[in-house]
Amino acid sequence: MVQLTLPKNSKITIGKTWPRPEGAKSVRKVQIYRWNPDDGKNPRLDTYFIDMDNCGPMVLDALIKIKNEIDPTLTFRRSCREGICGSCAMNIDGINTLACIYGMDEIKGDIKIYPLPHMPVVKDLIPDLTHFYAQHASIMPWLETKTNRPQKEWRQSIEDRAKLDGLYECVMCASCSTSCPSYWWNSDRYLGPAALLHAYRWIIDSRDEATGERLDDLEDPFKLYRCHTIMNCAKTCPKGLNPAKAIAHIKHMMVDRHV
Amino acid sequence: MRYLTDRKRAERKGASGTGTEHQWYMQVSAVALAFLVPTFLIVFGRALGGTRDQVIATFANPWVAILTGMVLFVSMQHFHRGARMMIEDYTHGSTRKGLIMLAISVAYTVIAMGAYALVKIAV
Repeated sequence: MVQLTLPKNSKITIGKTWPRPEGAKSVRKVQIYRWNPDDGKNPRLDTYFIDMDNCGPMVLDALIKIKNEIDPTLTFRRSCREGICGSCAMNIDGINTLACIYGMDEIKGDIKIYPLPHMPVVKDLIPDLTHFYAQHASIMPWLETKTNRPQKEWRQSIEDRAKLDGLYECVMCASCSTSCPSYWWNSDRYLGPAALLHAYRWIIDSRDEATGERLDDLEDPFKLYRCHTIMNCAKTCPKGLNPAKAIAHIKHMMVDRHV
Repeated sequence: MRYLTDRKRAERKGASGTGTEHQWYMQVSAVALAFLVPTFLIVFGRALGGTRDQVIATFANPWVAILTGMVLFVSMQHFHRGARMMIEDYTHGSTRKGLIMLAISVAYTVIAMGAYALVKIAV
């Protein structure tokens, strides 16, 4: 049954408020979700104050500043700092996005940061993406071919290559899947927008020769048809992609096979 | 210990190979209802406020009876399939199974009652 309230051990308590930086003229308040599996306590919301005159413009800059200068126990993933790796996906100001490309100037008032919603938390801002990655692996995210390998390379026309635009850019940050209510309620069976966008990326690839098998693997009331076109995925995608459109294309292909 | 790998847990028992018929039926029935329901409402609206004999005469008309029967059948089919989708979204286990059976039962009961009334009026 769907859970409309948090379990007791997930209720967020008021956490520690760290001191304001001395002599700072431009200060912003940042509230961050903290949870440590080792201390047995409920999650808490810690409050930090950032001197904006000595901090980069992005939310990730603030997080790194907090970790380096205020609280080294703060835990989060980050790597490329330019929206390519997808590591720093988190819920910022109510939106799932990448901390490295989300400017603090886009947020009015206090900055509130939580881990990606409806995922098990490993620690602080780090969600457990094991199942999410396994779902990605299940759609066979690689070129499947039956004909003999060409001497040089698998060639593709410019028009066919253009079909991959808006699909190949996905960095698997999980922002879309964790913003999808269908994925919240049925993530054990529904593949979610990210995996389905990748599935379509390989289905539509002119070099791939397993389109039928790929569609066979997706034809399921839960794997594919839990998408109700809520469109949260398209709204939240930090790369500006539209997974709902990709899913709609898969559904069209399914109907074409049957009707 | 179930010795399940993450990949196996994600794939479960594979794809059931169903769902497309449901998707297609919902689209087709939605288009059908877009025509049927307004037409039915116009006929029903004209009969409203009339005497018993006038209402019975309206629904005894073969075209109105067929229209009413189609509205009942298509809308209830659409209803129980849609309800099933919602139930599967928000519930699990025995609750899910029970509610799906209830939705299907309600749909077919309404169809049967409507069909009985139409036949009774026609005969």
